[in-house]
Amino acid sequence: MNTAKLHTNIVKALLYLFLIALAVLCFIPFLLMIVNATRGGSEIMKGFSLIPGTALAENWTKVMSNLDLPRGFLNSLFLAVCNTLLVSYFSALTAYALAFYSFKGNKLLFTVMLVFMMVPAQLSILGFYNLCTSLGLINSYLPLILPSIASPATVFFLRQYILSVLPKSILEAPRIDGASELLIFHKIVLPIMAPGIATMAIGGFVGSWNSYLVPMLLINKPEKFPLPVMVASLSAVRDITTNLGAVYLVIAVSVVPIMIAFCFFSRYIISGISAGSVKE
Amino acid sequence: MKHDTAAKKRLKNNVDRYGALFCLPFVATFLVFSLYPVLRTFQMSFLSYKGFGKETFIGLDNYTRALQDPLFGDAFLNTLKMWGLNIVLQLGLALLLTILFNDMKYRMKGLSLFRALFYLPNLIAATSVAFLFKTLLDWQYGTINQLLMKLHLVGAPIDFLNQPGTAQAVVGIVGAWMWFGNSFIMLMAGVQGINHDYFEAATIDGAGRWTIFARITLPLLRPIMLYVTITSLIGGLQLFDIPYLISGTKGTPGRSLFTAVFYLFDMAFNKNQMGYAAALAFVLFFIIAIFSALAFKLMNGKEDEV
Repeated sequence: MNTAKLHTNIVKALLYLFLIALAVLCFIPFLLMIVNATRGGSEIMKGFSLIPGTALAENWTKVMSNLDLPRGFLNSLFLAVCNTLLVSYFSALTAYALAFYSFKGNKLLFTVMLVFMMVPAQLSILGFYNLCTSLGLINSYLPLILPSIASPATVFFLRQYILSVLPKSILEAPRIDGASELLIFHKIVLPIMAPGIATMAIGGFVGSWNSYLVPMLLINKPEKFPLPVMVASLSAVRDITTNLGAVYLVIAVSVVPIMIAFCFFSRYIISGISAGSVKE
Repeated sequence: MKHDTAAKKRLKNNVDRYGALFCLPFVATFLVFSLYPVLRTFQMSFLSYKGFGKETFIGLDNYTRALQDPLFGDAFLNTLKMWGLNIVLQLGLALLLTILFNDMKYRMKGLSLFRALFYLPNLIAATSVAFLFKTLLDWQYGTINQLLMKLHLVGAPIDFLNQPGTAQAVVGIVGAWMWFGNSFIMLMAGVQGINHDYFEAATIDGAGRWTIFARITLPLLRPIMLYVTITSLIGGLQLFDIPYLISGTKGTPGRSLFTAVFYLFDMAFNKNQMGYAAALAFVLFFIIAIFSALAFKLMNGKEDEV
């Protein structure tokens, strides 16, 4: 009996060891990135270390003399905030309308949305690019922001969500009192939907912060680059690529905000992922 | 009474008009930025068109060219190889973790912490991931080679990104590293959705842990595994940014990191063959649809045998 228990405990310890090793594997590239961002270029070339160096300020000056990193940061932040607000508000509004009003075309719209959730991005990207060039929207932020108003996957999630959290009877009293429909949406529906919206909003923020392909195609003025495009342009900046510490620093600046956000919102983010997979 | 219901009905009709109104911003944006671009891509696929200037209708020429293009075939095979390694590792690891955290004998703790840590790589921009690994895997000065040398695992540094085989393997492994946490979360959600009575009944009947896993958990997880595989397939066949950036936008060594979508974008934006690229996009879409249908049939077919 006792040896069996010992055996169980040993196996259990090994299993934890495996889990910890895997967690380290997920985390260590980021740790190396942060450590290397503080080390000098020649130091990094000489060897590997987990102890932070002293070259952070030097690396920063190097980066700043070649790339307007704060500008890229602000550009990314601006785009992410706009996208998050638009995707949250309009997806909630559309989801509410689809779930609680029986107007003509409701079913059709819902079906079209479901179909478009499955259409891969590369089918629309060439036409999208073509549209933007013919409308003169190259180097404009509009095509990077406006499409957030129509996000079928978010609407789908919020429609399922609102049906499960909002009883229709709640809407009757304010209606009889003569409240306008938009007021009811703002004062009653939005607050009730807040947790579901938060899940989608965080996903929207991260998605916008990380988005690369469309900004790469549409933006070619360096002062308008969001961070991912700036990071991708790194290999063309000679002065920085000769100093690996500066390269790591640029990557760290683009990654650390998301990691900090994740520390606070991981619960929402994770519930958002599984929410998409478990459909009735 | 009668008057009352009529009034209510009128009120309801009035109210329902607001529903259409509320959908208007969505519908307008959708028509301009989603539907029109797809239709325009479809139309362009029948044109000889540089992306600007003259448009000439050439019927199915772009499609017949796509089906005979050996470079597109190679790019597609590259994509399949990298995705294949990726999905085997990703789903295998996710399944292993799901078994571990649901094991009734060992009752592992710390699920939410581990889940968060495993998910972390998925949150980071692909550009940053690509540059991070490109730098870490550098032949001369990369930290990973330095580490391997220090641990005496290799005698000489490995030039990971300059040999077709290792370069493709790197893309597959990085993909698995980015996505296994995501699959794990979905599989765990799937297990939690299984009715607990099944497990209890099986335990009372004296079924062992492995029997329960093989006969109850695994079959009931099949729909979610199918979902994970198909979404990964749709995403994986569109693989672009990691190989694009890790190869310094060139697809090297020797075209091995050229993926189907990479090839398509190269045609559209570097070679100015917008019409041909549009046809490639639709060919790829049909291939994805066929593969998805096959995966669906394969995994659902197995279910019938149980």
